[in-house]
Order: sequence, then C-alpha cells, then structure tokens
Amino acid sequence: MEHEEGGKTISSAFSDAITSRLGGETITLCYQCGTCASSCPVAKITPRFNPREVIRLSLLGAKEEVLSSDSIWLCCSCYNCQERCPQKIEIADVIYALRNIAFEKGYIPDIYSQFASAISNDGRIAKVSQFMENKRPTLGLPPLQPTGVEALRKILSATGFGKLKQKEESP
Amino acid sequence: MTSYAIFLGCTIPARQPNYELSARKSLDKLGIELVDLANMTCCAPPPVQSIDFETSLAIAAYNICLAEEAELDLVTLCSGCFESLAMTNAMLKADEKLKAKINKILSQAGKQFQGSKKVKHFLQVLMDDVGLYRLKQSVTKPLKNLKVAAFYGCHALRPSELLKLDDPEQPRILENLIEALGAESVEYQNKLKCCGGLLRGYSDELALELAREKLANTSKASADCIATLCPFCFVALDIGQVQVRAKFNENYDMPVLHYSELLALALGINPEELALQTHKINTDKILTKIL
Repeated sequence: MEHEEGGKTISSAFSDAITSRLGGETITLCYQCGTCASSCPVAKITPRFNPREVIRLSLLGAKEEVLSSDSIWLCCSCYNCQERCPQKIEIADVIYALRNIAFEKGYIPDIYSQFASAISNDGRIAKVSQFMENKRPTLGLPPLQPTGVEALRKILSATGFGKLKQKEESP
Repeated sequence: MTSYAIFLGCTIPARQPNYELSARKSLDKLGIELVDLANMTCCAPPPVQSIDFETSLAIAAYNICLAEEAELDLVTLCSGCFESLAMTNAMLKADEKLKAKINKILSQAGKQFQGSKKVKHFLQVLMDDVGLYRLKQSVTKPLKNLKVAAFYGCHALRPSELLKLDDPEQPRILENLIEALGAESVEYQNKLKCCGGLLRGYSDELALELAREKLANTSKASADCIATLCPFCFVALDIGQVQVRAKFNENYDMPVLHYSELLALALGINPEELALQTHKINTDKILTKIL
C-alpha cells in the first residue's frame, strides 16, 4: 500500500525488504526515542550520521535517500546503540542489513569494494606481504599456515558474494 | 597442558608481530599451548558483515569448523575476529534454522558446523585457564608505578548478549588483569567509547577525531600508556597519534601497548624479543619505568 505524504512516497515495501534480511528483523519496533542517537559516538561529532534518523527514513520508505547516502557507512559498528535500545532493536545489525541492500543495488564505497576484492582474491582483508612472511622466523614466530582460499571461494560462490562483486565491476 | 587453536586473523600477521610475539610467549610461559591450524581465512569482521551478513556468518562458521575438526577451542587475539567468530558461534548454536541454512552453504566447502567448540578472546583464556591468583604468582617484574589506561574498544564487549565477555557498560576484566601485573589502572573519561578504527578508510577525518578524544582523555588522566586488546584500536591510537600530531599539532607522546605486551614484560620476557620497534610511538619510557 502506498500513498503520498510531504512529497515522499511512503511504502511498507522498503521496511519489508529490511525485516526479511538477516540483521534487519527488528527495525519496525522503533518508537523514535533517540537513545541510539545519544549513545552514538559518531553522531556526537558530525551531523552526517544519526541512527535514529536512518531508522526513521527507512521506516518512512525513503529507500533511495537511505541507500544512496553516505550516512549508513558512517556507523562505526560500536554496538552502543544496540546495547541500550529499550526496544531491543539490533541497530548495528539493521545498519548491516541496509549496507547489504545498498551493496546489492550498486551503492558501494571504494574501501568496501577493496575489501570484497581482497576477500575473494586472497582470502584475507589484509594480505601478509612476502617481506613479513620472511621476517617471521627471524622474529621467533612460527611459519604462517596456508590460507584456505579455495574453500573460501566455494563459500563465496554458494552465497552469491561473487555475483555482488561482478555487479560492482560492470558499471 | 591446556591447548587452543590460535586464530591469527589478517591484521596481526600482516602488521603487528608485536601482538603475536607477546601473546605466544606469554601463553607459553603460562603453560598454554597454541596450535596453528592450516586453511584458516579472514574471520569476516564488520566490513564483511557490511557487504553480506550471510556470507560473513558462513566464513566465520567455516573457520570454527576447522577448530571443531581438530577438537580444539579457539582463541583470538584480535577483537574483530573475536566478535565475528564468537557471535557466529553463539548465533548458530541458538538457532537451528540459521545453522541449517549456513550448513547448506558450508557443504559446498565440505564442512558442517556442529557447535561443539568455544571461541574465546585472549583475555578469557587468561581468566579461565590461568586466573588472577596464578597470574600474580607468575609475575617476576611487577609493573610498579605504571599507570595504565585500560582500553576495551568495542568488539571484545559488544554485542554483549552474544559475546558474554563482561558487562558492556561496567567491565572489570581488563582492569583486574592490569592490576594483577602490579600496575595501576587509571580511570578516564569516556573509557568505553569507540577508537574510530572501523571508520578509517571511509572517513579518516571522523576516525581521527574519535582517536584524538581517547588520546586527550588518557593524557588528562596522567596515564603512562594505553593498553589495547585489538589491532585496529592499536592502529587507531598508535599510528593515529602520528596523524593527530601532523593534523592538529598536538603531541601526546602516549605509548600504546597491547595488554599482551605488558603481560610479557611483567612475566620477565626480554623486551628485545617482542618487536617493540613495531610501535610508532616509542615505548622506551615505559621500559625505563618498569625495568
């Protein structure tokens, strides 16, 4: 059901999309008390991010505004808001759900596209350089065990993570 | 002898031999054996959860499967790895439906998550398998006169319902472990606030501002050093300090040490074996104070 209010299309479709996602299930419990915003270390130093506002806009169905903004990428994943929410909304996880949807729609910040490539290529977010590998015995560290890149690629292909990456590579 | 599979993650072997060396040497001295398993991968921390939560659970579960096959509990040094692995372990143990879904993915890699093993943070191993009493007995170089600002970061503690390391608003585990080494744990403003580490790379400016506040508050409390648990917090506060100096012309000269490094020093391990040159902020003044 959709209707117009204040120039914005209000739609329950977006909140349905969020609640059907892993991590997004609890968003509709929000009554906008603002405990999250007052617990948020990022909201304290910039007006660019406010978890309460992200939830409000999402529940209002402002899909494009939420998904295309840099706001959802400014959450520092500290979980303070999630710990304190009186409605037990898993707010940090809701942000992940929003980021997951944004990623699928092709709204991908550079650094996250680098993370995605690193995982697929090396099985690691930060690659261990040959220099560091060679240095280990001289420091008294045991040799590094091999990374399970093959197994990881099978997992990525089973979850469709590979497809996400393709989308990002074909503009 | 108590044995654990060690989960190193990415950042520690890539950039922080100081963390790995101090943790390995300390645990060895305390009679805990670490086993290095083959074929582990990235733990799938918040940056991967941000891309696809389901994939992150599957990757974390895959790594737990390796420990299950080796019949060992897992210990992590990095709090990001701890969050990802302990959270996944708790979620899958509590939810049969989710477990079945993830196992369907894992079957492609020839794995099945059983839920038979524990994932522990380094601190929990110290508490559970050594304990404060034996730890105090093992200290040969007490860190007398050293004022340490305990810094928990976020992902050792939260989400607390799943991680269950300590109270998320009033934790004591790190302070107790600092005091067991003979040091003084100093209180400071906003102790539990985020280091900003995960914003690095997306908004360096905001990340630095969060780190700067930590440095200002620990300095104000006259701490001699900050004790961290996580390689991301370490980077945010150690390298971050160099960046704060360049950008704001503020010189805190506040050494940042992983708790494991303080532990190793207190256990009498030679500082020359600990790769302290990894630190951007020189640690000599700490060594002078305690040795």
